[in-house]
Amino acid sequence: MTFASVALATLKKDIRLEWRSKDALNSMLFFSLLVVVIFVFSFDPLAEESRHIVGGLVWVAFLFAAVVALNQTWARELRNQVLDAYRVSPAPANALFLAKAVGNFIFVGVLEALMAPLFVIFYNLHVLGPAWQLIPVAMLGTWALVVNGTFFAAMSVRTRSREIMLPLLLFPISIPAVIAMVAATTSILTGEDSAHFYIVLLLTYDVVFTTASLALFETILHAE
Amino acid sequence: MKRLFPILSIVAAVLLAYALYRALVVAPADAQQGEVYRIIYYHVPSAWTAFLLFFINFVASIQYLVNGKPAAKSAAKWIVIAIGIMGVVAAFLPAVQRQLAAIGMLPSAMATTVLAIPAFYFLIGKWFPGQKLDVLAVTTAEVGVVFCTIVLVTGPIWARPVWGIWWAPGDIRLTSTLVLWLIYVSYLVLRRFSNSAQTQMLAAALAVFGALDVPLVYFSIWFFRTQHPQPIIGGSSGGSIDPRMLDTLVISWMAFLLFAFLVCWSRFRLELLQREVEEGYAMESLAGSAETKSSLNERAVNRTPVERRAV
Repeated sequence: MTFASVALATLKKDIRLEWRSKDALNSMLFFSLLVVVIFVFSFDPLAEESRHIVGGLVWVAFLFAAVVALNQTWARELRNQVLDAYRVSPAPANALFLAKAVGNFIFVGVLEALMAPLFVIFYNLHVLGPAWQLIPVAMLGTWALVVNGTFFAAMSVRTRSREIMLPLLLFPISIPAVIAMVAATTSILTGEDSAHFYIVLLLTYDVVFTTASLALFETILHAE
Repeated sequence: MKRLFPILSIVAAVLLAYALYRALVVAPADAQQGEVYRIIYYHVPSAWTAFLLFFINFVASIQYLVNGKPAAKSAAKWIVIAIGIMGVVAAFLPAVQRQLAAIGMLPSAMATTVLAIPAFYFLIGKWFPGQKLDVLAVTTAEVGVVFCTIVLVTGPIWARPVWGIWWAPGDIRLTSTLVLWLIYVSYLVLRRFSNSAQTQMLAAALAVFGALDVPLVYFSIWFFRTQHPQPIIGGSSGGSIDPRMLDTLVISWMAFLLFAFLVCWSRFRLELLQREVEEGYAMESLAGSAETKSSLNERAVNRTPVERRAV
């Protein structure tokens, strides 16, 4: 079993599980739909104002929704001692981590693709800046949330009350990424500034924390 | 050693009282802010102490993670040595010297600061072997959060009369200190919520993530203008500060450092004792299980978590 085949097998298994049950995706979708509706009621902004606040709202909704999916990543493996089986198997730990992270990236990406039109409808959005830049921002931002989220979910699954633990660990570390995502989205929507700096910052954040996660994941998985 | 603690406590109390006297009476009023500025004699020393404690926590966490892995340990050792050498060389490059001069810092000051990194790394590794590294990490994180809280409380008290606002959102220093505080609170929550044998590793990994995060927070708000006063201490252009003010600040910092050291010391001993007691329980129940398995089964209902883990 090579690195790639382990990663691919795990990814396939996760996607198949999700495709059959749709647990994570359905709860994420409904959750973020609720967030959008509540925000619409509480702000009711004009089109001009909404451009300035939607960047924040979108990412808050996705951040909270992502936690739902991330919590299930490892909790799913606790049933029937699957996680223990992983730990004694000679498969490389990082292959498992990457497969889980990519799986979560796909789930959250699907969620974003489905929710983005809703934001456009509810807030009468009309992008003034270069709209194509929203795609790299979304991809880098999602990876930033997901890579740390998968890592901290592996940590919080070892604690008491693990469902609460994940956001407590993830949110403080994610603050620079969230600042960059929100600032980049806002500057693209309003077209007032260039989002270039924030895209580079997100890229740096992704590289730093992907490296750190890969370096430390084996320690976390095998911590006794 | 046992007599040293009360003696140092008295010294710390006297020093804190003297620092307060100097801060309120000896130091002159500020040219622009008047009397309000005197809070810096508590604000700034707390900040320096908190950052120092968090730095020690980070070093102890790294040491704990590489402990028992020879390859990682030697890699970490050479990285630290490289940081020390590169920092000292960089401090005397003309380009860096110009940058330093702009913020009023001598190259030798930067070189000394950078050299502190390997010094701390090796001394902590030498003085705190094995599990003591983790005890050191808990201690410094807890005491650091207390001092960081003092910083975050005294800051707005000062800012309200001087800036007219309690908090400047987006300010580089304020935000990075707040995020640092949040990270270390989550670190303590993690330790509190996972009372198993894995806690140490998980906490050490989180400390490394936190340390990587702080520079990114700093850059993420790079574009915002900082309102925080720039440091005017320890530089060649330090002519703008009254020597009495500088002396008071240094005395105050010494008092805070000694106080923090004493608190850390007693917390460190407490944590060691607690672990010893837990270990004692565990050994006792292990011995009991070897002798009489049946009687242990009767006790199984009332076992403490420590004993349960040991079985």
